[in-house]
Amino acid sequence: MIFQPAILALLLASLLTTLALGGGAVFGARVLRHWDPTNGAASQLRLERGTYLTSTLVGFALAVQGVALVLFVFNADRMASQFVGAMCAAGTLRVNGFGMPALTLRIGVFFAACLWLALDHLDSQGYDYPLIRVKYALLLAVLPLALAAAGLELAYFLNLRADVVTSCCSRLFTPANAGIGGDLAALDPALALGLLFGGLTLLLSLGTLLVTRGPGRGNWVAWTYSGANVVTFVLGMAGVISVVSPYVYENPNHHCPFCLLKPEYGFIGYALHGPLFAATAAGLAVGPLAWGRHFPSLRTVSPRLFRRMALLSMGACALFGMVSGAIILRSGLVLFP
Amino acid sequence: MIRWFRVQVLMIDYTLASMARRKARNLGLLLVYAAILFVLASVTLFTGALREEAVRALVGAPEVTVQRMVMGRHALIDRDGLEALRAIRGVQWAEGRLWGYFYDTANGANYTMIVPSGGIVPSGGREAVAYGAPPEPGFVRIGGGVARSRGVAPGDWLFLLNPQGRLFKLRVEAVFPSASELVSADLVVLSEADFRAFHTLPEGVFTDLALGVRNPREITTIVEKAALVLPDCRFITRRDILRTYDALFDWREGILLALMGGAILAFMILAWDKASGQSPEERREIGILKAIGWETGEVIRARLWESALVSLFAFLAGYLLAYLHVFFFSAGLLRPVLQGWAVLYPEIHLTPRIDGARVLTLFLLTVGPYVAATLVPIWRAAVVDPDTVMR
Amino acid sequence: MDTPMLTLRAVTKTHNEGEENACTALHDIDLSLEGRGVTVLRGPSGSGKSTLLSLVGCLSRPTSGRIHLRDPETAEVRDISALPERFLTLLRRRTFGFVFQSFNLIHGLSALENVMLPAYPLGQGRREIITRATAWLERLDVAHKARTPVELLSGGEVQRVAIARAMVNDPPVLIADEPTANLDSDLVRRFLEIVARFRDEGRMVLMTSHDPRVWESVSVDRVVTLRDGRIAGDEPGPASPARQGGGGAP
Repeated sequence: MIFQPAILALLLASLLTTLALGGGAVFGARVLRHWDPTNGAASQLRLERGTYLTSTLVGFALAVQGVALVLFVFNADRMASQFVGAMCAAGTLRVNGFGMPALTLRIGVFFAACLWLALDHLDSQGYDYPLIRVKYALLLAVLPLALAAAGLELAYFLNLRADVVTSCCSRLFTPANAGIGGDLAALDPALALGLLFGGLTLLLSLGTLLVTRGPGRGNWVAWTYSGANVVTFVLGMAGVISVVSPYVYENPNHHCPFCLLKPEYGFIGYALHGPLFAATAAGLAVGPLAWGRHFPSLRTVSPRLFRRMALLSMGACALFGMVSGAIILRSGLVLFP
Repeated sequence: MIRWFRVQVLMIDYTLASMARRKARNLGLLLVYAAILFVLASVTLFTGALREEAVRALVGAPEVTVQRMVMGRHALIDRDGLEALRAIRGVQWAEGRLWGYFYDTANGANYTMIVPSGGIVPSGGREAVAYGAPPEPGFVRIGGGVARSRGVAPGDWLFLLNPQGRLFKLRVEAVFPSASELVSADLVVLSEADFRAFHTLPEGVFTDLALGVRNPREITTIVEKAALVLPDCRFITRRDILRTYDALFDWREGILLALMGGAILAFMILAWDKASGQSPEERREIGILKAIGWETGEVIRARLWESALVSLFAFLAGYLLAYLHVFFFSAGLLRPVLQGWAVLYPEIHLTPRIDGARVLTLFLLTVGPYVAATLVPIWRAAVVDPDTVMR
Repeated sequence: MDTPMLTLRAVTKTHNEGEENACTALHDIDLSLEGRGVTVLRGPSGSGKSTLLSLVGCLSRPTSGRIHLRDPETAEVRDISALPERFLTLLRRRTFGFVFQSFNLIHGLSALENVMLPAYPLGQGRREIITRATAWLERLDVAHKARTPVELLSGGEVQRVAIARAMVNDPPVLIADEPTANLDSDLVRRFLEIVARFRDEGRMVLMTSHDPRVWESVSVDRVVTLRDGRIAGDEPGPASPARQGGGGAP
């Protein structure tokens, strides 16, 4: 199945991402070893100039990852017709054991690249590049993640067999089914709804606290806010699977988070997943950005940046909540009589 | 934010001006870029449209087709099988179908002969064609390919020698419209009596059977039950055929794209070369920009804008040309490769359609490598010493 | 002005450091520059004038030694000897305007577009930049050539466009590298008039020159002589109060 146009494009995207991040990581190792800000010599100048290339490469990798992520899901949905039992992306991704992990890791790489670029942006505004070692150590850590994502994806595509009977979203995201998808679908809708909106409210309050009162001693509010964003991402996904999707499909037993992206449902999934991804990407960066204010050279830049990111992530979160709420209110389905 | 936006607008402005000053240089690259995109986009648009046509042809197809197999070969099926199927619960209707192939020695072409079942039961995977009611005995309706190769028009006589050598003289009642020609080119539609006489078929046997099912979710169960009743038959569901089409067309397209990987690679090398082999004039210009206060990151961004604008222009131009090529000129350059070869070549006009996933695929396959190839040269050019202009 | 604008301490600059063709252009330079007045660096070619100018103008970093610069906006004095290029550039573009020896205008662009270029990265609106650039062209009497491609301008016009480009971001310091190299006496006189005007506005002008017409001009406050990469002389110029017998501020 490797000779499918979209698969070729995705593999190429993986290759380009890996090369870009790999190049960045090799350079990163040199920075970790030789960086010396007190030295005005030519070797230091070369390292400094190399940082521009790395930033460009990681930015490129992020852009490619973003497009590839959309295409990955898009294509999985399109290819569903080629597998017995698959009706949408969920089925295609379940044809073998590599699909879901590949998708998860891809999302991970995407967020990691976002985080790195935020750090890079902050660091490059401090005249002594105070975070440069942290930044390049992080890049070295992202590379294995990207390699694993590329490997899993390759394994997934190489093992796609049309004659495998797969299970579709109606079985995968069904309360009776074991596994995380099933567990999420089996979540009591009232509880899931409470968790979702409770989580969003908590996050927004925490964000308000952060923006008005500052990141607190030891930066704990900001760190908590970043952590809370990860939790909110999970809660958001769980909420989409257990309550929001049934409202979209107007069917209490259809829980698929992928079918939402189909034209039949007005591409509503993009309005749900888009803000959620944006909120998480921006929210993740808040902790490190606020932490930067402890460095003298970042004292003025850091508060401006982390505030902007916090507001962005709060806005996106609120948008996600509003879209979910609107879906529930406008749906013909009644889960809570 | 506004500041950032303003800077980008000014950068784009500067980039456009500097591209305009180097028209000849940029034009060559742009042409190659657009040409590559044109070919790739033609491939994806054409296979996409073909697949679409094929799928559309299946829209009216029966949910299940039943074929009797003897020694692994397709064999005729008799009326008993039809009755047995009708007895299964959930089967909405069952019909016997008559269709077959005929090799015409007069022009060396293969025809597909079909007896429509009053328009209710379509036949042989050619459901896009409105066959209408079966013609009166002695009359035929034929596809455009047959009409062209035999030089006949409605009202003319069509002479056919059957496999036993008997001459049949049939009046052409109508020629199918060209809109459906992908599937109707080689059609000969005739009455049941003529069909049986032509192929010397006895009464009560059919080529195969078609089933309608009330609830599509029950297809699997019904096929299981039917397989018990008719153990020597194979059951083909519409979804199976769709699946095969999808896989086949995607595979063809993928192979072509993979073969063009070489072209993409060559293009990457060209892009790399163009981006790194700067004229002294350009190097001087970057030196000046840096000396008068442009930061390295800003120079890189201006050059990335150049890449982006070139890509955007090439993408739009290539895609638009490919769109015209495929949908208005019937993909003249690609048809021999992708469509297969036959004596009765269909003349088709494909329905324009753009698929998001295909556009994204094309984007990743072309713009991705191009930008990747220009990153390092751009960076290298942008990190010149700011004081070069003083030396 | 209590603290000098710029101080160099034991600054050495070696080109192509660590390679076979390494050459040391400046040895052990100590120099401090006030934030105003006209200073001329003179010396034969190869004496290190341009190298010193590029160090002072934050175009490059010293191989060793320290350079301190007072930020014109915050008045904060900073060690810039090892400052990353990114920040050197940011400092440079709000502190210095440059006029290069061969003027280095970008061909194919109009005079106005050339003058606008240094303002692009600063994020002002286009209209604002055009207004400012036009104002500078008017001040320097070349506004009527604003739309002309620079390759069609005369030598004097090119120079004035180059000065307008240097001044468009309103920097407190103008740096000029051999500004009179290819000009006839009339143009040299006009150039020196412009320099005198900047001086009167309280700007600092720093020039390299081996042209006596320049360092003997009445508006020069200080002449620093370089020879073989070392400072060989540092004397007050014709405009300096020291030369006029301490007769107060110029």
